[in-house]
Amino acid sequence: MFKPLSLAGFALALSATASMAATNITWWHGMAGRNGEVINEVAKKFNEAQSACAITPVSKGTYEEALASGIAAFRAGEQPNILQVFDAGAATIINAPGAVIPAEDLITQAGYTFDREAFIEGVRYFYAAPDGKFVGMPFNSSAPIMYVNTEALEKAGVEAPKTWEDFETIAPKLKEAGYLPLVQSQLTWQFTENFFSRHNIQFATNNNGYDSVVDTKINMTDPNLVMMFTKLKAWADEGYFGYYGAGWNDNQKLFEDGKAAFWIGSSGSFGGLQKTAQKPFSATFLPYWGSVKGAGTNTFIGGAALFAMSGKPDAENKCTADFFQFLTSPEVQKFYHEATGYVAITKAAYELAKSEGYYKEKPAAEVGIQQLMLPSGEWSKGYRLGFYPQIREIMEREYGRIFAGETSVEDALKTIETEANDLLARFAKTAG
Amino acid sequence: MKRVQFSSPFLPYLFIAPQMAIIFVFFYWPSVQAIQSSFFLEDPFGFGSTFVGLSNYSDALGSVQYQAIARFTVVFTALVTFLSLGIGVLLAVKADTVLKGSATYKTLLIWVYAIAPPVAGLMGMMFFDQHIGPLVKFAALFGWDMKVGLNYYDTAFAMIAVSVWKQIPYNFIFILSGLQSIPVSVREAAAIDCRSGFRRFWTMTLPLLAPTAFFLLIINMTYALFDTFGVIDVMVKDKAANNPITLVYKVYMDGFRGNDLGGSSAQSVILMIVVFVLTIFQFRFIERRVHYN
Repeated sequence: MFKPLSLAGFALALSATASMAATNITWWHGMAGRNGEVINEVAKKFNEAQSACAITPVSKGTYEEALASGIAAFRAGEQPNILQVFDAGAATIINAPGAVIPAEDLITQAGYTFDREAFIEGVRYFYAAPDGKFVGMPFNSSAPIMYVNTEALEKAGVEAPKTWEDFETIAPKLKEAGYLPLVQSQLTWQFTENFFSRHNIQFATNNNGYDSVVDTKINMTDPNLVMMFTKLKAWADEGYFGYYGAGWNDNQKLFEDGKAAFWIGSSGSFGGLQKTAQKPFSATFLPYWGSVKGAGTNTFIGGAALFAMSGKPDAENKCTADFFQFLTSPEVQKFYHEATGYVAITKAAYELAKSEGYYKEKPAAEVGIQQLMLPSGEWSKGYRLGFYPQIREIMEREYGRIFAGETSVEDALKTIETEANDLLARFAKTAG
Repeated sequence: MKRVQFSSPFLPYLFIAPQMAIIFVFFYWPSVQAIQSSFFLEDPFGFGSTFVGLSNYSDALGSVQYQAIARFTVVFTALVTFLSLGIGVLLAVKADTVLKGSATYKTLLIWVYAIAPPVAGLMGMMFFDQHIGPLVKFAALFGWDMKVGLNYYDTAFAMIAVSVWKQIPYNFIFILSGLQSIPVSVREAAAIDCRSGFRRFWTMTLPLLAPTAFFLLIINMTYALFDTFGVIDVMVKDKAANNPITLVYKVYMDGFRGNDLGGSSAQSVILMIVVFVLTIFQFRFIERRVHYN
């Protein structure tokens, strides 16, 4: 099998095997392109910083493929030391007790102190146990933010909206100025999961699924969500909103080409967008409905976390702990944050980037972290739902049907709720 | 036919052993595993599994979505098989009569087959891309606002077009060689008896092509059912959403993306049964009408 090793890492791995001095650990991830290269650089930095451990990162394709490979490997007893698992797969791995060693336990057992408070607000809960213990180590964390085509705003003579009400008033002007006012890239993450979080509305029973898998029911027919999608459909019909399918890039392209005024993307898109956007852009928070009471809370993290797989010798676990410790150091966090656009997950790293004037130079890079640090609400910390990748597929299907005019918003959301609840009940049986 | 004699009764088994080992490891063993796990509901990491009897099957077959996907698979398979065979026959018959530069024609028609399915999917995806696709722009000339990835039927059209395009060369090769094996004397006799080329094709050429066509029918059906996976995967860009998919893609989505091993195993067993029934049907009822000599 081809393993994209950095040269230095490869040399180090070789010398390590020769001298038997270093303990080798493996890290499977689902990142490609520029983000995959940055992972190799992080691994290289770790290998150069110390000599006791050598880490080998292996790209397993997409997030979904990384999770599937990790599971298959675990069943065969060949699991890697570290597996990257994305947000929607969190419930799968966290609800399988014994598959992973909680990151917090791993780190404290290795003799380090673990301070939950060192992490920024929005990343603390998503990959944690109900009591707040970190199970996964947050790694590449992102928030859905709104990118703004500054030229479009100037031409239309408007300001970037804070709320969707603001958007409704300026959309006709943007359209008149010859722009498609709004595009987005992931209705599930940006307009569903984070809709509940941004408006502080309960997403699922059992404390959004955190407390138990038994009898968890999803709240897809919430009147506010119905309103959001009814509006989106109406905007689409009037030419204020463009939907180009479930694919991320098909939608992003309109913004890159300067045809769309606003694009809801990921804070992690920042690095790539700097290269591909043909017009100057800035960024701001994901809008919310001012009419919804209590709205304007923070969003929770997207992206993925690193999980230490169980069934590994102590020496290797120690190395994994060392690596986690290394990853959360302000310098490494800052490097990763600036190289990719994913947010810095610790307060110290954020302060470091700030003190060096990074955000003065690139204000758009700060939006994601600021949005995660907004005041949180009871329901803004995310969700933990089983078979969630499949539930997302159902949402994608029904949302697509809404914009293709094949179904009504109410029917679509009702279908999602019914099918999702069936899957949740099924998951409860597997986890039981 | 003369029987080949082996000195030892075990020798023939020894000769087929490597083949059997491969079939066992890569087919029988996974099949047995799939059948077994289709009766269980299992957590992905394999910590616990509950025996659920046939409920994985009833869940799949009872689901409206599964039925819709099954219906699409039938239509898709029928259309892909019919179109790729039909166009393949047409091109082969025409290429067979070309005298000048026939090698060039044949090579041009065959070389598409060398393209790997994902690459074909990728090319198809670019041709049908919402923003830059030349075929989308071409369709727009006729007032067809083609939205592949967004509109169910447009995506279905694109998928079928790419799958057929990919399979035509394969059919072309086989049918061409089938045509060339028809003796010249028979052709000449037919040409003297009957002036209508169309009628000669139906009454003489096609019956003589029957063994090849029967073989291709089976191959094309399995192609449409299973091998189009790469094309579909690339065309829906990893997000099926409201786009049409086939049953094999559904097995992949539930098993490898959704980590629902029991449900996905049950679906793959259903597919195995479908193929089994199809094969029996073809050999029992269609092959009887085929004359090999």
